[in-house]
Amino acid sequence: MNYDQLRHLADSWGLVAMGVMFVTFVGWTFRKGSAQRLDEAANMIFKDGCDDKAR
Amino acid sequence: MQATVVRAGGYVAVMVVAVLATAKAVDGGFAVHMAIVALAALIAAVATLRTADFAGTRVIDRSEYDDEPVRWGVIATTFWGVVGLLVGLTIALQLTFPALNLGLEWTSFGRLRPLHTSAVIFAFGGNALICTSFYVVQRTCRARLAFPTLARFVFWGYQLFIVLAATGYVMGITEAREYAEPEWYVDIWLTIVWVAYLAVFVGTLVRRREPHIYVANWFYLSFIITVAMLHLVNNLSMPVSWVGSKSYSAFAGVQDALTQWWYGHNAVGFFLTAGFLAMMYYFVPKQTERPVYSYRLSIIHFWSLIFLYIWAGPHHLHYTALPDWAQTLGMVFSVMLWMPSWGGMINGLMTLNGAWDKIRTDPIIRMMVMALAFYGMSTFEGPMMSIKSVNSLSHYTDWTIGHVHSGALGWNGMITFACMYYMTPRLWKRERLYSLRLINWHFWTATIGIVLYTASMWVAGIMQGLLWREYGADGYLVNSFAEVVAAMHPMYLIRAAGGLLYLSGALIFAFNIGMTIAGKIRDEKPMTETPYNPAADRPLLAQPAE
Amino acid sequence: MANDPNASPGGFSHRTIERNITLLGVLALVTVAIGGLVEIAPLFWIDSTVEKVEGVRPYTPLELAGRNIYMREGCYNCHSQMVRPFRDEVERYGHYSLAAESMYDHPFQWGSKRTGPDLARVGGRYSDSWHVQHLTDPRSVVPESIMPSYAFMATRPLSAGDMRDHLKALTHVGVPYTAEAVARANDDLKAQADPDADTTALKARYPKSQTRDFDGDPKQLTEMDALVAYLQMLGTLVDFEAAAPQETAK
Repeated sequence: MNYDQLRHLADSWGLVAMGVMFVTFVGWTFRKGSAQRLDEAANMIFKDGCDDKAR
Repeated sequence: MQATVVRAGGYVAVMVVAVLATAKAVDGGFAVHMAIVALAALIAAVATLRTADFAGTRVIDRSEYDDEPVRWGVIATTFWGVVGLLVGLTIALQLTFPALNLGLEWTSFGRLRPLHTSAVIFAFGGNALICTSFYVVQRTCRARLAFPTLARFVFWGYQLFIVLAATGYVMGITEAREYAEPEWYVDIWLTIVWVAYLAVFVGTLVRRREPHIYVANWFYLSFIITVAMLHLVNNLSMPVSWVGSKSYSAFAGVQDALTQWWYGHNAVGFFLTAGFLAMMYYFVPKQTERPVYSYRLSIIHFWSLIFLYIWAGPHHLHYTALPDWAQTLGMVFSVMLWMPSWGGMINGLMTLNGAWDKIRTDPIIRMMVMALAFYGMSTFEGPMMSIKSVNSLSHYTDWTIGHVHSGALGWNGMITFACMYYMTPRLWKRERLYSLRLINWHFWTATIGIVLYTASMWVAGIMQGLLWREYGADGYLVNSFAEVVAAMHPMYLIRAAGGLLYLSGALIFAFNIGMTIAGKIRDEKPMTETPYNPAADRPLLAQPAE
Repeated sequence: MANDPNASPGGFSHRTIERNITLLGVLALVTVAIGGLVEIAPLFWIDSTVEKVEGVRPYTPLELAGRNIYMREGCYNCHSQMVRPFRDEVERYGHYSLAAESMYDHPFQWGSKRTGPDLARVGGRYSDSWHVQHLTDPRSVVPESIMPSYAFMATRPLSAGDMRDHLKALTHVGVPYTAEAVARANDDLKAQADPDADTTALKARYPKSQTRDFDGDPKQLTEMDALVAYLQMLGTLVDFEAAAPQETAK
């Protein structure tokens, strides 16, 4: 593989592959049922209103 | 008890080796450094034995978080911040008035500039990262630090690294590669400390009582792992002597340049961005008392940021002898990096949704918002400067310096100050900070300082770029290099004034933190006063008709 | 599943990663390693990265000692050594830099900032005595200069260490010094700045090396000798006038 072939790949299928990967990844964070879990995770730092004690 | 004795014995062994190395050293700088190591090992041995609990009577309160290293870290961050900014102001003045180099080799610009960059990035920033990570990981895992002794070793070991690096620069011990200047034995020491840091951090995560690993910890973890990788690869070098300070980089020329800027740019990307984003993801929600705007966005932000950042290094080498394809790759990824960077900024800023009024009443939140605004500005400016045609003008000029400082002073500095203001009363169990009004003073001196700094450097940089390439009607270059240097004088003066203001702000900060630790509370008017007029607080009575 | 947040999620989800520290660490490492592998590793095996150029040779011991002083004083903080292929830069500093010209530079010193001018081709542009005067008191020759003074170098004897060890360390990282060059390193160091020394062997080992007293004080070998020797060789190894017809022929 020389530079031109690599460059051609990067400009065509490489670009498409990365685009598809990114869209899949973003779509995947929107999968069914994720909202509630994410909400829970985001609020984790406020649980029990307790800051200073280890459990 | 046995473990304590073994540990102290280990320190004594290190001391003996260091003393021998001092005696055998082939250069004076190495001898000084080994003497420092021997002294540090002696102190460590004595401290180990003195704090040892031979009777086994000490009771550790396991219902409290292990905050001792965090408290030390707050003090160290404050101290090194002031030192680093002071050196920065010094070298800014040296560029304005060269007589301030004093004609001494130890105080020349070339030796003090690495001292400034390392002091602010690694000493100030590094201590802030280590202490906030220890604070956050315990609270988000609901568990005490794993390996408490190792955590203390990390703190003191890191301070030793700073002392060795700083004294080395002044003595002229340097690998002469930007932001990776410490010599081989200091690099090895940092590797040991860093592995210990990783062990404490991961160990605490493993012991967590929460099923979920909070997003801040992902950023901290990727910062620790990636910095380890960068540090190890970039610092591969061949010592000239095992008892001398000098070494030669394993790579040469083009390869060395790209490896170095792969490291250098990701020191920005992971040390100064990922780690500080971790601080943002914990402290901004805590201070505003509302969850992060979108946890979903934070997932996308995390993975795309760490994936894209690592590619961006070659934009430091546009139009050099680096192959074209690598330059183009670096530029494309740098431009793409704009998106996750702004995703993170939006996520941070929008956390304030519904609480924007707090900017007026809570100076800590105001500082966080300013930090995020500067983060957004410099992560827009960065991709723009990485475009080759822009870079052809901006490279080698003070524009780069301005860009770096809008990120470092605006984003890293401000978010660190805000986090220290948040943590200090909690760590020392104070009712509140010594003074909230002083934060206001700090905020404005720092902000005005940054504005002076970046504005003067923009002007200086663009002027340099244009004057260097200016052609006259006769087809010759118009300006000699020295004339362009002379034209920079007023800008350098304004920059130094900006630095002075920022340093003043940091001194106010140090004073405020110090007084809070001392347990003082300033008698002052609160930041917000909702008007209340008891006389008007009553129903209207029907007026009797005349 | 949407109703029960604690149900184990079907298949692979981000939740798995969020809850598994090893997986999170490994995936983060893989993610950051990709860029490095694709972008940096090829430079080490693609031949065209550094095209061979006639004339480039390893540094003489004295030049190397001078380069180490250049690094020690942090000159790279203000001076670049990389001329970009722009009309103004080529006219100001000379032919744009080639990759091969820094192929023996451990480490590279391309720099990132021009507070002072580029030095990639400063060799031969000024006289030795100009350099000595400029390093001793920069503003006496360039009134606008903001460079620190390095007067101490003129009197301080050069103590570069055992140069054989330095050359040996460099051969370990791939610089082609011959065994003879390593063995004679300490003598070569002294001979290059000694006007009375026999430098035939030195010149054979290091073509185009300049041998003379550099700092105007032939009696002792100072740091100034080494630094000026280094500055005077920068950019002088490749003969671009000879190379130009080759380029046009292509």
